[in-house]
Amino acid sequence: MTETVIRLGNKRKKNIFLDKVKELLPEGGNLNACLTCGACASGCPATGLKDMDPRKFLRMAALGMDEEIIASDWPWMCTMCMRCIYVCPMKIDIPQLVFNARALRPREERPKGILGSCDMALKNDTTSAMGTTEEDFEFVVQDVLEEYQEAQPEFADMQAPIDKQDSQFFLNQNSREPVTEPDEMVPLWKILHLAGVNWTYGSKGWAGENYCMFLADNDSWKHITKTSVDQANKLNVKTFLNTE
Amino acid sequence: MIREGKLKVNSDWNKDLKIKFTVQDPCQIVRKSYGDPIAEDLRFVVKSVVGEENFIDMQPNRSNNYCCGGGGGFLQSGFKEERLAYGKIKDDQIKATGADYCIAGCHNCHAQIHELSEHYGGNYPVVHMWTLICLSLGILGPNEREYLGDDLKEVNVFHPETAM
Repeated sequence: MTETVIRLGNKRKKNIFLDKVKELLPEGGNLNACLTCGACASGCPATGLKDMDPRKFLRMAALGMDEEIIASDWPWMCTMCMRCIYVCPMKIDIPQLVFNARALRPREERPKGILGSCDMALKNDTTSAMGTTEEDFEFVVQDVLEEYQEAQPEFADMQAPIDKQDSQFFLNQNSREPVTEPDEMVPLWKILHLAGVNWTYGSKGWAGENYCMFLADNDSWKHITKTSVDQANKLNVKTFLNTE
Repeated sequence: MIREGKLKVNSDWNKDLKIKFTVQDPCQIVRKSYGDPIAEDLRFVVKSVVGEENFIDMQPNRSNNYCCGGGGGFLQSGFKEERLAYGKIKDDQIKATGADYCIAGCHNCHAQIHELSEHYGGNYPVVHMWTLICLSLGILGPNEREYLGDDLKEVNVFHPETAM
């Protein structure tokens, strides 16, 4: 047996990216436990994109190849669907490694589309990534509701409440519907109406999408989520129903 | 609500049509949150609405299901070519079922699979669950059928006179 420890790559550097992520995760995300079996990579739809796969990504992190990781666009092509950790015999948290890799770049150098959607959501308390205001949302919901109450008299009593106190459910809504295809809101209203469900939207925090999370901007992510949760608590609802 | 009889769905509309459906298990709801039990609930709803004999499962499925590529912000990331390459496996899996429709229980899945269907030429419609529940209840109006194919535009129409 050799007595000399073999040191690879930049591992001698203190505090490489992998070590920083390990400190954030319970059990260090098991990031040192890889058997290199490849179960992650073989069942990952992002394998092969940008000449990368989950196993390779983890190996690069373990070897301290931080600069290459920062330069790679691959973390933006992994959806963090968690199939890799689901099939991993060592339950290695590669998705968390990917999420934190997104944050290695300066915020303004992250993908413009995600950045823009996050910034837009921060402009209004509606948290809508499409910039929809409270007034616009209330107008669209009310307008569509009245139209259907009239056109389909069986639903004359149907409601689409906003800020109703003490409801069973706080329902959120993807901005796409009120903004681009409002008729698509109606089938869900009908189902809730027929089932006799006591529900409400919130004037604040109704938008279900959260691009600040995808941007790996933790403070903004928290702000968006907190805006929704605060409104739900203020309305004293029992259950937060996330349709997104 | 369906089990308790509060929503009286049935699949009679599809008894003779025999239109086949598969479903994309949403990663967020199934693998990442509630696991296989909620995937079973999803199948219970789908089968109640389209008919048990008209449901075909994708392979692999439930917690082992493949992500379609609509999650994680991919839709807004600007890497369209890579996103479509990512989704090729999903498109192949959907086509392998031979189903006429793919049901998406998640917004991002709906947008991504809809694009895959057009891009790879399968042209199978991609529908929200709420659309099919209302169809089966006989309360789906003419203007709530954006994502239904031509074969279902005229089926069980509620207040057809309000078509716009």
